[in-house]
Amino acid sequence: MTAPLTPLDRPNSYIGRSVPRPNAKRLLAGRGRYVTDIRLPRMLHAAFLRSPHAHARIISIDADAARALAGVHLIATGADLARICTPWTGTLDHFKGMTSEPQLPLPLDRVVWAGQAVVAVVADSRALAEDALELISVDYEELPAVVDLDEARQPGTPRANPASQSNICFRTQLDSGGVDEVFVAAAHVIEQQFSFGRHTPVTLEPRAIVADYEPDSGMLTVHHATQTPYQFQDLYSRHYNIPEARVRVIAPDIGGSFGMKLHVYHEDMAVVGLSMMLGRPVKYVADRIESFVSDIHARDHRVQARMAIDADGKILAMDVHDATAIGAFSTYPRTSVVEGNQVIRLIGAPYDFTSYRAALEVVFQNKVQTSQYRAVGHPIACAVTERMVDIAASRAGFDPLAMRDRNVIADDAYPLVSPTGYKFEALSHQACLRRLREIMDYDALRGEQAELRRRGVHRGIGIATFVEITNPSPAFYGVGGARISSQDGATISLTPTGEVRCAISVTEQGQGTEAIIGQIVADQLGLAQEHVKVITGDTEVTPHGGATWACRGAGIGGETALQAARRLKANILAIAALVLQEQAAALDIVDGQVVSAASRQPRLDVAEIARIAYFRSDTLPPGTQAQLTVSHHFAPQGYPFAFTNGIQGCSLEVDVDTGFVKLLKHYVVEDCGRIINPMLVDEQLRGGVVQGLGAALFEECRYGETGQLLNGSLADYLVPMAMEMPDIVIDHVETPTADTILGAKGCGEAGTAAASACVLNAVNDALTPFGASINTIPITPARILKALNRY
Amino acid sequence: MSSIMSDLDEADATVRVRFVVNGRKTACDVAPRDTLVDCLRTQLELTGTHAGCEMGACGACLVQLDGRAVHACLMFAVQADGARIDTIEGLSESGVIADLQAEFHRRNALQCGFCTPGMLINAHELLSNVARPSREAIRDALSGNFCRCTGYEAIVDAIAAVAEARAAKAAQGAEGASS
Ligand code: FES
Ligand code: FES
Repeated sequence: MTAPLTPLDRPNSYIGRSVPRPNAKRLLAGRGRYVTDIRLPRMLHAAFLRSPHAHARIISIDADAARALAGVHLIATGADLARICTPWTGTLDHFKGMTSEPQLPLPLDRVVWAGQAVVAVVADSRALAEDALELISVDYEELPAVVDLDEARQPGTPRANPASQSNICFRTQLDSGGVDEVFVAAAHVIEQQFSFGRHTPVTLEPRAIVADYEPDSGMLTVHHATQTPYQFQDLYSRHYNIPEARVRVIAPDIGGSFGMKLHVYHEDMAVVGLSMMLGRPVKYVADRIESFVSDIHARDHRVQARMAIDADGKILAMDVHDATAIGAFSTYPRTSVVEGNQVIRLIGAPYDFTSYRAALEVVFQNKVQTSQYRAVGHPIACAVTERMVDIAASRAGFDPLAMRDRNVIADDAYPLVSPTGYKFEALSHQACLRRLREIMDYDALRGEQAELRRRGVHRGIGIATFVEITNPSPAFYGVGGARISSQDGATISLTPTGEVRCAISVTEQGQGTEAIIGQIVADQLGLAQEHVKVITGDTEVTPHGGATWACRGAGIGGETALQAARRLKANILAIAALVLQEQAAALDIVDGQVVSAASRQPRLDVAEIARIAYFRSDTLPPGTQAQLTVSHHFAPQGYPFAFTNGIQGCSLEVDVDTGFVKLLKHYVVEDCGRIINPMLVDEQLRGGVVQGLGAALFEECRYGETGQLLNGSLADYLVPMAMEMPDIVIDHVETPTADTILGAKGCGEAGTAAASACVLNAVNDALTPFGASINTIPITPARILKALNRY
Repeated sequence: MSSIMSDLDEADATVRVRFVVNGRKTACDVAPRDTLVDCLRTQLELTGTHAGCEMGACGACLVQLDGRAVHACLMFAVQADGARIDTIEGLSESGVIADLQAEFHRRNALQCGFCTPGMLINAHELLSNVARPSREAIRDALSGNFCRCTGYEAIVDAIAAVAEARAAKAAQGAEGASS
């Protein structure tokens, strides 16, 4: 690892140090407070009747018997909620030509996926509400359902939404020009089709919300398991016409999110309305079966790719077409086209070539919505690119690692603009490649593979380089008209006893946001970390900000905290200078004491400054107003995104008789800029890798012909468990961004971005002796056997 | 009047169950259909036990019943009548898993923490049965505990480290006793 920002032996130097999360002890003792746990006085419970059809007209709803059931307080349909909630549309202006139908909490006359909520019941308990659901009858007239992605694209196919002109949601293309000419002249052209199944985030805590509308004050308080409380404050305010300052959204402990909990869900919007109709708190927790049919899904892409290379194995051009199906609506407020958009912009990103053409087609179908989930688009782009590089390597006769060595953008070539328009400040592919070769002991691994192959054991080695998008500027959502902030805010105070509290708009879902913010503040102020209290996740308490998504917690939130802490420190030293009759510049703070900057000689406790400022301001020179609370905002201003990069490798074994894959070891070399807490970064990478490995081998939402989800339970939908997962070796290269003082980028998506590509390459590597190949994810045993013609 | 009474009777269709929860005698009126996890979380406010799937697949709801780890989602509360139940709250207070908790903390073997109580209860059971399980055996024992956040490795590391520490302590104790 390269040298950290400050020498670790200085007191209070926390940047670059692996310290445990102060907040984790509570969770270990079973004292977390998740939304699932919250119970308020007079709280009622909501349950939803769901559509059994993928596409149908609602003829009539008969809820009389349910309404008469003791303990039932309210039954609401689409029409009831439409009276108080304005519709929303999941489009953004910068996606030109994009369409999507307006949405309401519950549908008025038509259902568009199996599992869509149709009627809400509010009762004394969840069990009673579910009893009432059984007494409701809905008359449907079934309509033709569009299920398959390829079918949805065919002209003449029925429409997922009859009101729209076609099943096309959005189309776009990129073209650097001259691509056809490069292909014609190339020594080798390779072509491959890829298919990526739908999967879903499966956070262990399902979606949960408690909405509490108090009619006399007109105040709405929502306890919401989300990453983005400010976004929801804005949405509840606008769609229910409540002044923003009277909407408070609290996100307490969250049992995992990974992007899933930042979208608007119909049930969540409904619960807010139900609470307003009743003037009482209403709680809704999705059960696991409901999660499978109503949480966003992700991926579901078919990609057609071509690559041109010269006789020396140099990549010359790529030409790709990505088709993706997103369900019946585009999600709100971030839309469902971001994934496809990132797929076509990230393909080829690590490599040095300039001829690129891509087309994206986003279509509607009668399934639940897809949208942003950890590593949005990255796993698709990475799998396509890296598999193509491997095929090209074998065509040109190069070892996969050597092929990448020839083709990655050189570390000294930055800054540069990619053929898809991304501006790269500084990446480190070559350094990462070198490190990976070492930590894998690549040549020995290849030797062992050859040896075992002779004995009928089929090991595969996979490599995948990647580029990750982090720290988005307003170019991401703001320019498209979404009220999603790219800035963050912090309010930091010195308390009367000399402690520090920092209320900041980035949020915690277990990744350690509060821990790293505490480290940065303590480091910058010169205090022990236990004297810093970090507060997140409450719109009433912290300034407005984008919160946590797209890996912005460390890069943007961290820089916000750093700058706020520096301002507070200057204010503390200004008072100290008055008290000590010194120049402020001659003073510093170490371990909670004001010291002489030169000699480090202690002069005065910080707590003493707080005491004087708060209780004996009469002893300060006239005209002095101590400012021991500072509010500070920071928005990224340099590059539109902070790109990070890295490379992953894996070793696995394929049982060619059963099609089972055993993961042996996984390796990651990652460059996320300045590392604040190495232990937490490694944890992010490992967790991310395992999510990618699940996607690679197990996870797929399988649908029947009529659009029914066939495996919507944790017994049928396979997730990665401890037993199947390998140990993961991690190393780092550190290239801080020069856009901020802190220099941190992000690391949350890196693991997921390349893990499935690695496995895809490794399985294909293992299958080489059989001349078999596989280009579908997840790589199930059945697909492997099929590729081997044994099934 | 009679219809009001029959409504009230229906609402009253509960059963009294008694158990020893975290060392204290406890009585609860539960509906026959209430699961143990619901009863613990709602009636007894022991919210450290979580529900992630309600079908025995995720391990978030593990509690100790008469000293053995069981899925509280797969049992009706009435079935636990007369049993001794220990939840994460009780095991934390008694200190029996303090070393596991400290090691999980030190190695950051948790992120969101939603799986953590179940993981700890399972790890505790494993180490009560096998003094020094291999990494394989630890991974195998955790195969019914889903964690979406961590990638499992730190959890395996933490359990292995505690097993080592406990074994070393036991050896020391034996030495001390023989000398
Ligand atoms: S909730 Fe009991 S095993 Fe998942
Ligand atoms: S820490 Fe989140 S599920 Fe395990």
